[in-house]
Amino acid sequence: MSTTPPPNPEYKMPREDYLNATYGIKSWLLTTDHKRIALLYLGSVTVFFFIGGIFATMIRIHLLTPAGALVTPETYNKLFTMHGVAMIFFFLIPSIPAMLGNFLIPLMIGAKDLAFPKINLLSWYIYIIGGCFVLYSFGTGGLDTGWTFYTPLSSVYSNSAVTPAVLGIFINGFSSILTGLNFIVTIHTMRAPGMTWLRLPLFVWAHYATSIIFILGTPVIAITLLLAGLERMFHLGFFNPAFGGDPILFQHLFWFYSHPAVYIMVLPAMGVVSEIIPTFARKPIFGYSFIAGSSIAIAVIGFLVWAHHMFVTGESTYAALTFSFLSYLVAIPSAVKVFNWTSTLYKGSISWDTPMIYALGFIGLFTIGGLTGLFLACLGLDIHIHDTYFVIAHFHYIMVGGAVMGYVGGLHYWWPKITGKLYPEALSRFAAIVLFIGFNLTFFPQFILGYLGMPRRYHSYPPEFQVLNVLSTAGASILALGYLLPMAYLTWSMRYGKVAGPNPWPATGLEWKTDSPPPTENFHTTPEVTWEPYDFKDRPDLGLAGVKPLAPAHGDD
Amino acid sequence: MQSQLPMYPEQASNFAPHVDGLMLFITSVCLFFAVCITIAIVFFFFKYRRKDPNAVGVAIEGDSRLEAAWMIVPLILAMAMFAGGAVVYVDYRTAPKDTLDVYVIGKQWMWKAQQPNGLKEINELHVPVGRNVRLILASEDVIHDFFVPAFRVKMDVIPGHYNTMWFRPTRPGRYHFFCSQYCGTNHALMAGWVTVMEPSDYAAWLAGSSGGQTNPVVAGEKLFTEKACATCHVANGTGRAPSLNGLYGGQVLLADGSKVVADDAYIRESILQPNAKIVAGYQPVMPTFQGQLTEEQLLALNAYIKSLQSQPVPAKSAGIAPATGKN
Repeated sequence: MSTTPPPNPEYKMPREDYLNATYGIKSWLLTTDHKRIALLYLGSVTVFFFIGGIFATMIRIHLLTPAGALVTPETYNKLFTMHGVAMIFFFLIPSIPAMLGNFLIPLMIGAKDLAFPKINLLSWYIYIIGGCFVLYSFGTGGLDTGWTFYTPLSSVYSNSAVTPAVLGIFINGFSSILTGLNFIVTIHTMRAPGMTWLRLPLFVWAHYATSIIFILGTPVIAITLLLAGLERMFHLGFFNPAFGGDPILFQHLFWFYSHPAVYIMVLPAMGVVSEIIPTFARKPIFGYSFIAGSSIAIAVIGFLVWAHHMFVTGESTYAALTFSFLSYLVAIPSAVKVFNWTSTLYKGSISWDTPMIYALGFIGLFTIGGLTGLFLACLGLDIHIHDTYFVIAHFHYIMVGGAVMGYVGGLHYWWPKITGKLYPEALSRFAAIVLFIGFNLTFFPQFILGYLGMPRRYHSYPPEFQVLNVLSTAGASILALGYLLPMAYLTWSMRYGKVAGPNPWPATGLEWKTDSPPPTENFHTTPEVTWEPYDFKDRPDLGLAGVKPLAPAHGDD
Repeated sequence: MQSQLPMYPEQASNFAPHVDGLMLFITSVCLFFAVCITIAIVFFFFKYRRKDPNAVGVAIEGDSRLEAAWMIVPLILAMAMFAGGAVVYVDYRTAPKDTLDVYVIGKQWMWKAQQPNGLKEINELHVPVGRNVRLILASEDVIHDFFVPAFRVKMDVIPGHYNTMWFRPTRPGRYHFFCSQYCGTNHALMAGWVTVMEPSDYAAWLAGSSGGQTNPVVAGEKLFTEKACATCHVANGTGRAPSLNGLYGGQVLLADGSKVVADDAYIRESILQPNAKIVAGYQPVMPTFQGQLTEEQLLALNAYIKSLQSQPVPAKSAGIAPATGKN
């Protein structure tokens, strides 16, 4: 029942592409090809997703009973801390930018590679070194500070392996900074002829905005965690009042990065959705410049809202009023995106292919995640729901419902380009729906739990909260299936999938104008862009109905 | 507790109806938008489903009037949410004058409370119904957070800071309180019960269980003598340090010409970091007591200094304004 044209049986894999151009482990570990580096990231972020996922599974099993069903309090505290650290710093933040962004930005703008291919490889090595430090911390005593590392708990009182963990995150920060730098320079200097700023795919705009946050925000978290580490190692008094420091200072510095970091996770996913929707609605995106501009607006305003995490720390009332106001402002550009995506569907030619199901699922979950942000930005209401499961539900809707749906949807959308193969469509649609249902069952009950007053990070809880916790755990088991299925069939398809051809959907972006998988140099000849973004009607090369026939050769400018 | 699945906790303080009102308002607005978006997506999804594999959609680039509308309308609604939340928050952060003050100390992993008459409780807090209660919060180690869901209030308890929170219990009963800022191993066990009592019951309870407890003012006075504070802080203002009579709540003129209100945080800071704010007309000669006093001793000293309220203010210089100049 697929409404995508059936794959042409004539398609053959290209004779030489980036995957088979050279062989051997060295050709991968020393590659400077952005596409191969993207695959290195794909492998490594998947490992961290697995580790974080195992922790999450144990957390949900533990919370089946009020007294805690599985582990000791110490272990439970380590589980949620390590879940957060693995997922946020080593999966969510690098996932879309360093994997899909790395693979696609040069292809989308018609470049042969990123501006600094060796720095790109260096970014991956830095990520791996940082990751090893963190895994060392997990393996030698674990980490029980919460992913937020609040002082003086982390810098003085914790008995776990805090120092290697903060060093790992400090090191990993340079990977983000270099990736952001690489993207910005590439987007500025390496666009193909005709690829003007207003013809850039929205995915590229989203990554441009993300890169700004990478460069401006990451140094702050790196330094902050380093200071916490120094206080822990040498008792320098930055944050511990017993040494003359101030624990609130840590929170300001921490959230100055970690709030914008939420946008690092979700902006690229918004970019993915902005690509998928026009392709599967087969029409230009509604309000291109508003979607592009809202990415920049989110990146800028997102830097000005950090202290909304601190409404009940005793910060001054005027500060609280200011940060609440600004938090409401940052909601507007996100709303603009949702309205524009929805309007794009109007009078479209909508196919029900898997990436589209992920994209629409993203809109639904991101909308709930975004709207519940309005509850938390509300000063009077935040007094009650701050640090409860309401917050947990809210940010999982944004980061898992939003960012991970976007990532998995993007993987499906570009899988034919990355591997040259198609995956089994019916199975993948089924998995997308399982993921959507499992996600809602897991996290929706947590909104209610939070409003009822269940604080986060509790290894045991009063019995009146049990029903909702059991529901949440049941949902999580469905959610897990929704993740395992794509891992299985995507891996399967690499070998056994049907050959995709260069442009299976078809889509309008430059990345679809080259072979699947692309050659090492991306394009056999430098492409030239003569069409507006997401324009189907002037694209006879896509072979669709109702499209003008090819113009005569002399009119080809 | 409730046997069915409740959607919101009991309402037992003056803030609870307001917070629930905000919840209801924001939920309605958000539900409206979520339902509209969902209906639109589902409708378009079926209505414009592709039938011919080669069909393309109608090229619609955008509409700036629509863009303006869906920026302005949500902005107006967002500002309404902001304003509603701000009103409740400002109320919460501005305690009334006539509060019953209870000291609460958080430490890994227990809560200690001390009633005005010195009665101490552990993981329990008794308060009278209908009375404005203010909690003065201090931590002995890491950051904690005192959270009473039935009152819809919480406040971080931060080492090195005094935070305050207030509420007016409206219904007698027993309500859970929790630590809601993660504080280490037994964070989840750092919980207890608030008992809201009729004022007469509360008075009887205070009287009945206060035997053997030291009034914090008395304890503070003893410390004041033991630590030799009185050597310099002479009551009649002739000492090397300012008299503390009538200090609390008044304005203090500092050596750099600025003025501060002598609140709990100021008194605490002046004990621990005496040189942070020097009163005009005096020399920075006081030694620090950082690390020499427990949080409980600090609170006792604080209570004693506050109790000096009724006495006149002898002034060697203009350092301390008359107590009548409160706030």
